[in-house]
Amino acid sequence: MRNISPKTSQKIALGFIWAGGFITAAILLLIVVYVLSRGLPALDLDFLLTKPRGGLSGEGGISTVIVSTVYLIGLTLTILVPVGIGAAIYLAEYAPSNRFTNFIRYGIEVLAGVPSIIFGLFGFALFVTALHFKFSILSGALTLVCLLLPTMIRTTEEAIKAVPRSYREGALALGCTRWQTIARVVLPAAIPGIITSVILCTGRAIGETACLYVTMGGSAAMPTSLLSGGRTLSLHVFYLAMETRAMDKAMATAAVLIIVIILVNTLTTWLARRFSMRMGGGQ
Amino acid sequence: MKMNVTLERAAETNLCVTKLRTDMVSLFYGKFQALRNVSLDITPCSITSIIGPSGCGKSSLLRLFNRMNDLIPNAVVKGKVELDGTDIYDRAVDVVDLRKKVGMVFQKPNPFPMSIYDNIAFGPRQHGKTNRAELDKIVENVLHRAALWEEVKDKLGQSALALSGGQQQRLCIARVLAVEPEVILMDEPCSALDPVATLKIEDLMRSLAQNYTIIIVTHNMQQAARVSDMAAFMMMTEDRAGELVEYGTTSQIFTNPKDKRTEDYITGRFG
Repeated sequence: MRNISPKTSQKIALGFIWAGGFITAAILLLIVVYVLSRGLPALDLDFLLTKPRGGLSGEGGISTVIVSTVYLIGLTLTILVPVGIGAAIYLAEYAPSNRFTNFIRYGIEVLAGVPSIIFGLFGFALFVTALHFKFSILSGALTLVCLLLPTMIRTTEEAIKAVPRSYREGALALGCTRWQTIARVVLPAAIPGIITSVILCTGRAIGETACLYVTMGGSAAMPTSLLSGGRTLSLHVFYLAMETRAMDKAMATAAVLIIVIILVNTLTTWLARRFSMRMGGGQ
Repeated sequence: MKMNVTLERAAETNLCVTKLRTDMVSLFYGKFQALRNVSLDITPCSITSIIGPSGCGKSSLLRLFNRMNDLIPNAVVKGKVELDGTDIYDRAVDVVDLRKKVGMVFQKPNPFPMSIYDNIAFGPRQHGKTNRAELDKIVENVLHRAALWEEVKDKLGQSALALSGGQQQRLCIARVLAVEPEVILMDEPCSALDPVATLKIEDLMRSLAQNYTIIIVTHNMQQAARVSDMAAFMMMTEDRAGELVEYGTTSQIFTNPKDKRTEDYITGRFG
């Protein structure tokens, strides 16, 4: 090993780094191209606007599935975002460093690593059975909140902690209370990071399948309330692929999923950049 | 509120020729003693500089006056710190009211990530002023007093972070003025600035000293000699606690120091 010259070792290192980047990009492209090329032919407005017919044929579209997904994500975020931001503010700004808060932090770390199906079983036991919410969008959303809360809290806490200390000192020295300092200076400065974490959670919620299978059921009917059962896009892909012969419809649904995720990500980047531009004087 | 009443009464009866006073003050961070028995009387409407080698507790002393040390867990203050005769570490004192009276400018300019206007209006808004016309007046007024108006009057809506370092620091001073303090603490306000910007800040300090009591911590001897009326020289003892070595008029400290250590430091033989 000693005999390798610095120049050669640099070339080897660069080769590895380049290969890593290339492989990542290639995998992403491959998946997107594959799903879109298989899915787009079956994808048209009609597909988006008709109900799935159910049964083995997998005929029909995905209108009810889209509605269920929108309800589910909407309800999940409505609960997740305020609770998550509240907990993150507490941990980042108020929590003293003692055994209790260390335990909370440890708990959050562990929860973030628990497989989603475990949350699904928990959601089934608590929301579906014990609380009698049945297989419903509400049960699914509450389960997703439990699943995503650790991620939401951790990423938001990081965003809050990344706000320079000098902003806090500046506000406090002007005679602001602690809460004014947080609400008027710290949180606005942390907004880009918080948006990122919300979108990250949205992405995971859209992609989640297993834990929703056991909490939402999988009804393909149009949901009439939050207590209706439902089927998300990911679940629908799963059903179509596993229980019907309609692989083309599964691919079309997958294409919709991918497009939504790409749109969500683009929107995030755009929003975060806009915010930091407004805050940072256009640099 | 209790403090306000006492302060006003004290001011009315002109009992205090001293604006701020520390009486045998010691400061501890846990077991570590940062300051020992500092006694200092600060005259109103003047500039007092605190000088001394790094780590001698200058900033710690400065931060006693607006209780910024409160932010550090396990910081303990012994002795008395008085503003217009009232002990500011008394339980009845509201630290938020205190900090409105005793403003602070930091070492590194720290404008908030918002527009120039919003930076200045920040303090008044948090303290309940929402009338746009009134805020406009405050913003223009304090920017004039901070000698920044001409440079920024056409871009009040732009981000404060786009200003130069010197402009940012003057903005921070203007932001403090908008809260109508009586005392302004400055913690090495020019250490991040170039000489031209430094001179502008010093001019500004001189003009502000007519109405405000200013205390400045500085590493720059010439700066202390140029701007301050009174100078306090601090040093740390062997156990690293900061002590006040000598306190007097700036000209006395710089031309005729009584203490050998002051003389050594001033003449550059040590430090």
